[in-house]
Amino acid sequence: MGVLDSREPQGPLANKWTNHKNEIDLVNPANKRNIDIIIVGTGLAGGSAAATLAELGYNVKTFCYQDSPRRAHSIAAQGGVNAAKNYQGDGDSVYRLFYDTVKGGDYRSRESNVYRLAEVSTNIIDQCVAQGVPFAREYGGLLDNRSFGGVLVSRTFYAKGQTGQQLLLGAYAAMNRQIQRGKIKSYTRHEMLDLVLVDGKARGIIARDLVSGEIERHSAHAVVLATGGYGNLFFLSTYCMGANVMAAWKAHKKGAFFANPCFTQIHPTCIPVSGDHQSKLTLMSESLRNDGRIWVPKRLEDAQAIREGKLKPTQLGEEERDYYLERRYPAFGNLVPRDVASRAAKERCDAGFGVNKTGEAVYLDFSAAIMRYGREKALTSGMKDVDDNTIRELGEKIVEAKYGNLFQMYEKIVDENPYKTPMMIYPAVHYTMGGLWVDYNLQTTIPGCYAAGEANFSDHGANRLGASALMQGLADGYFVLPYTIGDYLSDDIRTGPIPTDSPEFDAAEKNVTDRLQKLMSGTGIHSVDYYHKKLGKIMWNKCGMSRNAKELKEAIKEIAELRKDFWENVKIPGRPDSKNQELEKAGRVADFLELGELFAKDALERNESCGGHFREEYQTPEGEALRDDENFKFVSAWEYMGEPNDAKLHKEDLVYENIKVKTRSYK
Amino acid sequence: MKLYLKIWRQKNASTKGQMVDYTLNGVESDMSFLEMLDILNEELISKGEEPVEFDHDCREGICGTCSLMINGRPHGPDSMITVCQLHMRSFNDGDEIVIEPWRAKAFPVIKDLIVDRTAFDRIQQAGGYISVNTSGRPVDANAIPIEKDMADKSFNAATCIGCGACVAACKNASAMLFTSAKVSQFALLPQGQVEAAERVENMVRQMDLEGFGNCTNTGACEIECPKGISLENIARMNREYLFASVKG
Amino acid sequence: MSGLIKSSIARKVVMALSGLFLVIFLVLHVTINFASVIAPEFFNEASHFMGYNPLVQYLMQPILIIGVIVHFVMGFVLEIQNRNARGVGYVKYKGSANAPWVSRNMIYSGLVILAFLGLHFYDFWIHEMTYKYIQANPEDPTRYYAETVEKFAPFWRTIIYIVSFVLLSLHLWHGFSSSFQSMGVNNKYTPAIKTFTKLFAVVVPLAFAFIALYHHLNPITH
Repeated sequence: MGVLDSREPQGPLANKWTNHKNEIDLVNPANKRNIDIIIVGTGLAGGSAAATLAELGYNVKTFCYQDSPRRAHSIAAQGGVNAAKNYQGDGDSVYRLFYDTVKGGDYRSRESNVYRLAEVSTNIIDQCVAQGVPFAREYGGLLDNRSFGGVLVSRTFYAKGQTGQQLLLGAYAAMNRQIQRGKIKSYTRHEMLDLVLVDGKARGIIARDLVSGEIERHSAHAVVLATGGYGNLFFLSTYCMGANVMAAWKAHKKGAFFANPCFTQIHPTCIPVSGDHQSKLTLMSESLRNDGRIWVPKRLEDAQAIREGKLKPTQLGEEERDYYLERRYPAFGNLVPRDVASRAAKERCDAGFGVNKTGEAVYLDFSAAIMRYGREKALTSGMKDVDDNTIRELGEKIVEAKYGNLFQMYEKIVDENPYKTPMMIYPAVHYTMGGLWVDYNLQTTIPGCYAAGEANFSDHGANRLGASALMQGLADGYFVLPYTIGDYLSDDIRTGPIPTDSPEFDAAEKNVTDRLQKLMSGTGIHSVDYYHKKLGKIMWNKCGMSRNAKELKEAIKEIAELRKDFWENVKIPGRPDSKNQELEKAGRVADFLELGELFAKDALERNESCGGHFREEYQTPEGEALRDDENFKFVSAWEYMGEPNDAKLHKEDLVYENIKVKTRSYK
Repeated sequence: MKLYLKIWRQKNASTKGQMVDYTLNGVESDMSFLEMLDILNEELISKGEEPVEFDHDCREGICGTCSLMINGRPHGPDSMITVCQLHMRSFNDGDEIVIEPWRAKAFPVIKDLIVDRTAFDRIQQAGGYISVNTSGRPVDANAIPIEKDMADKSFNAATCIGCGACVAACKNASAMLFTSAKVSQFALLPQGQVEAAERVENMVRQMDLEGFGNCTNTGACEIECPKGISLENIARMNREYLFASVKG
Repeated sequence: MSGLIKSSIARKVVMALSGLFLVIFLVLHVTINFASVIAPEFFNEASHFMGYNPLVQYLMQPILIIGVIVHFVMGFVLEIQNRNARGVGYVKYKGSANAPWVSRNMIYSGLVILAFLGLHFYDFWIHEMTYKYIQANPEDPTRYYAETVEKFAPFWRTIIYIVSFVLLSLHLWHGFSSSFQSMGVNNKYTPAIKTFTKLFAVVVPLAFAFIALYHHLNPITH
């Protein structure tokens, strides 16, 4: 097993980033004009990196498969963005944010990276406000905060239920300013199909113009991959339909190590699957767990009757309900972290207590909160002798003010009124903590190839806390990459433009066109979605919320078989040299069919339960996760060796000097 | 349920398109509209035909990618939602559904139901930003208090998802609601007021260059906007523009 | 400043200002006309003043004519641009679902009003010009009332006038309050402006129609 150099700076934790910035090489402004950078993906990480690097003077080319950079899936984040501003004076600090993030990640992330993240978080808010991001404010005109995901302070900045869109529009606006100046050339409806290496360094990409079908060569002195996560591996997820792993996977196949692929976040509060036709799952903000109580019927026969439509949840009395989170975790109750809440829901549904027709749903009930708020309101408005109906009406108004848009969204999708009958929820794939392995500079194991945002693995360990994804994307793009990439590029000031007619580009382009031809030559009858759904089922059933060695081994075998079938038989109508959505999907699913196998292998090798990774063999007698710090306190970084299953494991040992490693408990 | 679909099919930007009839069985009421089209496409693929291409991505009403004219209305019959949030329970067994792309000269068709909306990007590139350096160290976020009412109004304008339903709905294919939402977001904040005059002039100039029609205040855009962007923004932009012009 | 002349917003403002100017003219017009019903002598005096006062004749009248021409020429220019902006039309377009008929059909109500203006000019203005300048008749401050009443003797003319007033009502119903929006006024007074617009769009054309009908039904018997 090889040794990975994380290039963490020396010195005390709090000074590492400052010292590092002081020591790294810079590129002078005149030379920056001679250096090109390619950025793939224009979400929060890619968009902010593109804007900042262009502003510094580099020539930037951005690529996104969407029709506009503004549509990247960062846009869908609802809740907020964390920052250690301590505006509320509730004891927050850079250290506390750092500590919460490492602990929330179940001690599987790199200390120095997380500390830097916490350190630059405050700058993000200053930056975004200066850009005109309309964060929520208090009546005094200052920024408002809310608490999130069970942490003990209010450090989350938000813009109603669409913080992601507002932050992305900020980064996109900054990009637009540079596009107008001619410093960014934005390629939309373009997909990166391969990474080009020249003399071992990332020097360009092969991209497909998704409208014309043309294959294009683009060269640069460095390539940044900010292409998001790979949760669509599961087919059903809260990801957008186009989210894919292609860029990262191509880099992996060219030498970039893939870290912790099995670390997946499954979010507990999503709208359950309603049938086989379903294409996408919708998240309901985590904030609902502040007031909603989660339960299933106590008796199996009641659950059965509900599934058959013979019984309504409102007919069950308090003593006939099992508030299982409150029962199992009295200290945190309904506010346990995401991974714990998700597993508990699965446990109840597997035991037969699920409450919708598929048997995979639990109730999120607001009736207690409605009555509580209603009584409070009646008291404060001096009403006496009010009946239950009036109290309920008063309470519904308060709940509507807090969660109205979410309730409305739920009603549109499910066609049930959540004020009158409890919501149904079930966990769904939401985020991937794993990704391309990067060092402290966010550089992958390929020189000149960088990974930012969800595409890298660095900051969230085995479980991400709420409102931390937006923080990480912007930190990487606005404040980390612009420094660290200069250190690498300072060697390139005399290189001159990278030619695209080299044998390396020829070979990469041929590789791409051959692959497209091969995809188009399938002779079977099944569509891409058929294979994607099958893969998703294997992943969800055998590599989902809880995993065991036997099923993981089965998954590896089944995925390999499915991949073989796919390449021989997938049916793609149309032509490769024109707009062809089926061909686009096929390329993405082909990569998922490889990554899926590596995912299962990684899960199989990690003989412990930590964060989002739960192995049934490693649990306490009460069914809680059993982490093994003795043997698994490392990052698994996989090197591609030809077939997914032949991948070679490299370990980066995690050293905790500033934080005491403890068992997470929410009892 | 059984549906009779009439869908616009067009190979690419340079060929002529036409409406094509399809009959689809087995549609369930809890499917989303786009899932209904997924099923149609699966059928077409199994018959060796090219599927109907349409734009979509997040399927939760926020990315603004999906863009279908359904029975003569952008995003279909329901209000305050995008196509991806529309469910088949809004239709009945035996219904005829006419599905067309957004129509505007500034939104040329790329293929089938997909149109090119980069005109919107160019309007924003013309001035839809605040000229601050992202790599600099700006003042503390709380250094400039902003009246909550103004911040909320700015947020409401900023909720625009750039889907283009306003253009599609407008009988004049005008982009005033979109452009005014972008202008207003910044014009309402102290940070954005510094270069407000220049911004509105540049964005309106670009909007006109793209070939969108003129606003005749019919209000169709406001009704069809999935985010409920208000006509007040158009009035604000007119005001800003007049002041900017007079200022010279 | 150049943007103010060429831009889409400037064109809207020109429409709004010329429209509002015509609204003010309508107020004057309906007031004097109404005198023909309740005070024929005053009607004669006022008409004579309007017909012979140099300020009205050589300043106000040209401005009014320019106002009318600007309003309809700009209306046509905008309409042509707007039609071109769509490119390929919809197979199915449900305009009624999101905008009132009046707002979508200003060009048609406008065209009817324009055609009516042709008749109206022929009836009164051409007649006036002929009387004053071609035939060079002497001033007669008492002729106006009789001439007006006589005009409405034919049933067809009265009907054409009344139909035109209905279209004028529809045009005003949208146009009056819309001009405020075009000029950037959309605030707490907007509901009041809209209510006033509706009132105005009904009362003024109704008054015109009443006058025409009144004279048709009450001819001067010699």
